[in-house]
Amino acid sequence: MTKLTRIKLRWAHWVVALAALAAPAWALTPADILASYAHAAGQAPQAVRGQQFFDATHGKEWSCSTCHTKQPTAEGTHASTRKAITPLAPAANPKRFTDSAKTEKWFRRNCNDVLGRECTAAEKADVLAWLIGLKP
Amino acid sequence: MKTHGPWWALIGALTGTFVGLTHADDAVHAPVFALYTQECGSCHMTYPAGLLPSASWQQIMRGLKTHYGLDASLDETSQLTLTTWLTAQAGSGKYARETPKDQRITLSAWFVRKHRAGEVPTAVWRRKSVGSPANCVACHADAERGDFNENKVRIPP
Repeated sequence: MTKLTRIKLRWAHWVVALAALAAPAWALTPADILASYAHAAGQAPQAVRGQQFFDATHGKEWSCSTCHTKQPTAEGTHASTRKAITPLAPAANPKRFTDSAKTEKWFRRNCNDVLGRECTAAEKADVLAWLIGLKP
Repeated sequence: MKTHGPWWALIGALTGTFVGLTHADDAVHAPVFALYTQECGSCHMTYPAGLLPSASWQQIMRGLKTHYGLDASLDETSQLTLTTWLTAQAGSGKYARETPKDQRITLSAWFVRKHRAGEVPTAVWRRKSVGSPANCVACHADAERGDFNENKVRIPP
């Protein structure tokens, strides 16, 4: 092995190591995120329960569907600002639920607006199971 | 080869000055920042930073947990970065002389004056296409770029 090859190899190791570190941040699928919520909940997610949760109000003015519509393969509208919201269902919008930090941020904010508290892992799993099953 | 470079530069400069002078009254400082577009712009139009003074942006960024009735809380790093950027880019001219009530641009004296009933009929605000006075882009298409030129106003039906 020449000196140059050895140097190249050493670099290759670093590239592989960095890629492995970076991967979890962007390589998630909606199914991965669902699996982690289901695991935290300790119960199997139920899409039907997720849909009911999504359409119902929970003691405050809005439901999830107020902004995201009852069929979230469609575009929604922010109830107070009127700004368009891209579809929530992964089948209609492949970017949805591929970043766990972003998913958590929006659940935290929106659950607080709809329920006045954070959602439980079971509630998130149910809703996500329903969303993943929607066809465009 | 003969070059026309300097002439184009001169014409460009003159036109630029001319446009600047005609629109100066309606132009507001509206810098672009990816984090601002991403975090704030996903729920509402990106208000030009120059429409509020630094003190107002600071107040807004301190209260994101109840942001006009909604939870707009951010992670600490994003919140700090955006506060620094917004306060640095904040207005200092005639559109940012006061800290309006509730830090609402629409409650600034100049806003109320320019949109008084004689100028904009009250019923316009209730149209579904408009929603509220906070939805600048409904009538000022280029509001996010800081262009509030009166001649370009189109009130939607």
